[in-house]
Amino acid sequence: MNIDYSLLTIEMLTAGLALGLLVLSLVVPGDQRKGFGYLTAAGLAIIFAISFAFNGVNKEIIGGMYLIDDFGNFFKQLALVAGVLVALASIPYVEKLESYRGEYYSLLVFATLGMVVMVGAGDLISLYLGLELMTITFFVLTAFKRGDSKSAEAGIKYVLLGAMSSAILLYGLSMLYGVAKTTVISELVSTIQAGQISPALILGLMFLVGGFGFKISAVPFHMWSPDVYEGAPTPVTSYLAVGSKAAAFAAFVRIFMGGMPQIQEIWIALFAGLSALSMIIGNLIAIPQTNIKRMLAFSGVAQAGYILTGMVAGTNAGIKGLAFYLMIYVFATIGAFTVAIGFSNATGSDEIKDMAGLSQRNPLMAAVMLVCLLSMAGIPPLAGFAGKLFLFSAIVAQGKLWLALVGLIMSMVSVYYYLSVAKSMYMGEAADPSPIEIPGSLKLVLIVSMVVTIFLGIYPAPLTGLAEAAASVFALK
Amino acid sequence: MIGLGHFLVLGALLFCIGLYGALTKRNAVAVLMSIELMLNAVNINLVAFSRYLTPDYIAGQVFAVFTIIVAAAEVAVGLAIVIAIYRDRLSVELDDFDWLKW
Repeated sequence: MNIDYSLLTIEMLTAGLALGLLVLSLVVPGDQRKGFGYLTAAGLAIIFAISFAFNGVNKEIIGGMYLIDDFGNFFKQLALVAGVLVALASIPYVEKLESYRGEYYSLLVFATLGMVVMVGAGDLISLYLGLELMTITFFVLTAFKRGDSKSAEAGIKYVLLGAMSSAILLYGLSMLYGVAKTTVISELVSTIQAGQISPALILGLMFLVGGFGFKISAVPFHMWSPDVYEGAPTPVTSYLAVGSKAAAFAAFVRIFMGGMPQIQEIWIALFAGLSALSMIIGNLIAIPQTNIKRMLAFSGVAQAGYILTGMVAGTNAGIKGLAFYLMIYVFATIGAFTVAIGFSNATGSDEIKDMAGLSQRNPLMAAVMLVCLLSMAGIPPLAGFAGKLFLFSAIVAQGKLWLALVGLIMSMVSVYYYLSVAKSMYMGEAADPSPIEIPGSLKLVLIVSMVVTIFLGIYPAPLTGLAEAAASVFALK
Repeated sequence: MIGLGHFLVLGALLFCIGLYGALTKRNAVAVLMSIELMLNAVNINLVAFSRYLTPDYIAGQVFAVFTIIVAAAEVAVGLAIVIAIYRDRLSVELDDFDWLKW
């Protein structure tokens, strides 16, 4: 079998970067490893730039096990750009580590590689491998802070629940293989017939939705996320929040929209329930949270609910909205978490009440937090508004007005807790009014997230073009 | 005559035992062992499907090999984290890990 390896350039470069960092961290003496963060960010940025050469390439390799297409490429770019921002945001955190600085960045790149493989997978086996590469790396990263009890506790909770969810997902995949007699996703279309729905298939689908639902932290599989988000090092949390979620959504689209559009009515009902539950419960539990990371965790649960509406639509417009929303969610979430990184780096606190008066102590941080939170709430003219517009109009077009209404009402609820953070930052009196200094790398991440969030809100055309190309891979309505 | 159904029932039973253990055991190592049972149930399913439904197409067996490898990696990381938290709390009982609201 002839394999055109040039199609795998992004994957090979990412793997090379990860391995290179691992070797470098052995060779370079401990006190000279300051540049690793910038090296990682630069490497990922170069791979990100190269990935644009693959826009418009639609090929499959190794007999359909791996796909190079616009959909995969969109999500690869998402993983890479999130990787660049997280690598930069990690720099002040890694400087405080006593050891294993190089390994941290290497693991970060391996997590990116896992996402890249997962979104390009055209076969259940390669999908599973990518998923586990990402998840196992995140287990290590979550527990990375040695000697920190919270980090270790978050790590063990994530390992046990994550491994359990993987086992459930695998059981679903094995049932799917038994029913379809193939592991290639594109062949599922012809082997699963709409007329013959067996109980084994239903069981398999439910287990699949449960396993991936854990990764996107949709209710009722969200219980791990607040604890893990709070205990994990904050840069890792931000990557976990965006990367793991985006990759699992990409897998959802690949398997369900790409492999089983003929039995749509079954899985759409599942997703509609998950979506409504996540929007309602996520937003309501976010209200009483006092820790910024826990608040963002529950807001992430609610965001997963909004994004799931794209799956409920079951159309190309739904995929477009889903892809668009995930990309802007990357910038809004990493921006908000980076403010939390800068704040806890300077003051050692993650509590919302300690952020009182932040607008006087560091106007940039307060502004970025405000923009990111308002974008998540969907206030125009920020990017989140455009994203929600695409998603909700896609489900309204399918006659699911009730779900769009739930989404709109819960978005209004979310404005309350987002604005209470803003109120604390802008109206509150700081207990200690001394200005907060943040390192240059964090400033860069903050400015990039804010500019992108505002720019894509006013002029979303560049990203909608990419999202439309990604959605056009699937031949749906 | 032993057929596909027998293997699937065995797989389902093993999976349920594993899931029960993973949800009820209070010891982190025991939970990891229960998860291994769940993964092995999947392997039984995969190999049985591969043998009985697609004898000329061994994707199921390949899948099982990959599952075994990944499960080993997962447990290695899991046990390392168990050791890390044991050094910190001198316990592997899940009930003791309540610093973060569970």
